[in-house]
Amino acid sequence: MGDTALLIEDLDVSPAAWTQRFSQLAPPGVIDVVPAATTVLIRCSNASDLTQVRRALSAQRVDADDCVASTPIELGDGPGVVEIPTRYDGIDLQWAAEQCALTVDELVAVHSGATYRAEFIGFAPGFAYLAGLDDRLHLPRRQTPRISVPAGSVAISAAYTAVYPRASPGGWHLLGSTELAMFTPEREPPALLPAGTAVRFVPL
Amino acid sequence: MTVTRLTTAGETRPGLVVLQAGVSSTLQDLGRPGYAAIGVTASGVLDVGLATALNRLVGNPPGAAVIETAGGLEVMAAAPVTIVDSTIEVPVTLRAGDVHRVRVRSDRAWGYLAVSGGIVARPVLGSCATDTLSGLGPAPLADGTELAIGRGSEPTFVDAAPLRALPTTIELVVGPRADWLTPAWVDTMSRTVWRSSAASRVGMRLTGTRLQRHPDRTGELPSEGLVRGAVQVPPSGEPVVMLADHPTTGGYPVVAVVAERHLDAIAQYANGQPFRFAVRAQAMGRE
Repeated sequence: MGDTALLIEDLDVSPAAWTQRFSQLAPPGVIDVVPAATTVLIRCSNASDLTQVRRALSAQRVDADDCVASTPIELGDGPGVVEIPTRYDGIDLQWAAEQCALTVDELVAVHSGATYRAEFIGFAPGFAYLAGLDDRLHLPRRQTPRISVPAGSVAISAAYTAVYPRASPGGWHLLGSTELAMFTPEREPPALLPAGTAVRFVPL
Repeated sequence: MTVTRLTTAGETRPGLVVLQAGVSSTLQDLGRPGYAAIGVTASGVLDVGLATALNRLVGNPPGAAVIETAGGLEVMAAAPVTIVDSTIEVPVTLRAGDVHRVRVRSDRAWGYLAVSGGIVARPVLGSCATDTLSGLGPAPLADGTELAIGRGSEPTFVDAAPLRALPTTIELVVGPRADWLTPAWVDTMSRTVWRSSAASRVGMRLTGTRLQRHPDRTGELPSEGLVRGAVQVPPSGEPVVMLADHPTTGGYPVVAVVAERHLDAIAQYANGQPFRFAVRAQAMGRE
């Protein structure tokens, strides 16, 4: 990906797990390691640091078993699950229920009944793509995105669910809203749902 | 909007008042790299070479905050200040009350104003850069904005840096999703005379020709990481070049990336200014 970055794909494990393993290698001159849906981007300060990264990757092939063993977050209701208090009153709630051949109550029960895992953050600060959405709720994204989706909107699209951290354009279906902040620059860490976090939506 | 000053007394002083904010005037520095994994793009000055050269001329460290503008900016000195901008090649000292218009050169889309001592604002994630996509950082400059500056060091006149002409050909490295286009794309990319039809700090859309998607690529690409200089080709076929405030991930294929040495230049092409691409197959430093 240009003179100073690499895009890694065909991973044996999730991008989040691969990123964790790579961070332990810690080659110098790495500015960003960005997991996404099926890839990891590594950005370096300059071309020679990138060469070092290539060498480190070939010399020490990132092993699938090591990645799984070192992933600390397990799905489940244990400590470490972030709960998102959610008011299910989204503008697309009724429509989505009809599309999924469910009643609104059923849709809410399905969406709030699952434990999700943040796969990666992208699109906007703190916008975490949460994996684990029930097959019954998979809907293609809107043909025409909305110019502005309210901050805190709880939404679904394809295989993911997410919360819009701030008002922005958006093409996902809005099921409800939360007042919990997804991104606060002054907080450490700034993002509420970094990759690997377990998440549940709790109906208000 | 008054920019909050540092809490330590004596480290800042009144510097400038914005009389006319002009077009797209923001505070910028070298940005906040290192947060892409939480969706925060690096942001920072579009033309790193020019901004750092101007900082050097007024005795600032290269990363001192400057004003970046697309034109029409007018400031008044609130106290004696030493400034330089991209059209005056040596620094000048303004007295309190002096008004200064920041002209943007005709051969560059963006200009900079550097002030000895650096402009001081409250940093967000370590930087005073305004990220126009996410809204992080200080608000864009408005009429009446007051800017504080730090205590300056002596400006240096040793290297007045006359600006070189922009290159007319931008070097591209083949990108990770070049196979989303028909193989003829390299030839088309190189033969076409390109122009920017719309540009912002986020990206620049190019016109010249529409690049053909490969017939086998009928689906969508899952979101993946982006970098400054990445050239995305959406279904319309018109390339978009990522600039300083680009989103950290995107779902359009990146077919090429602007070479490191040309990142400043491409951001400086004015709307409608013709240029060419030359495509290089391999990244630098590859074994």
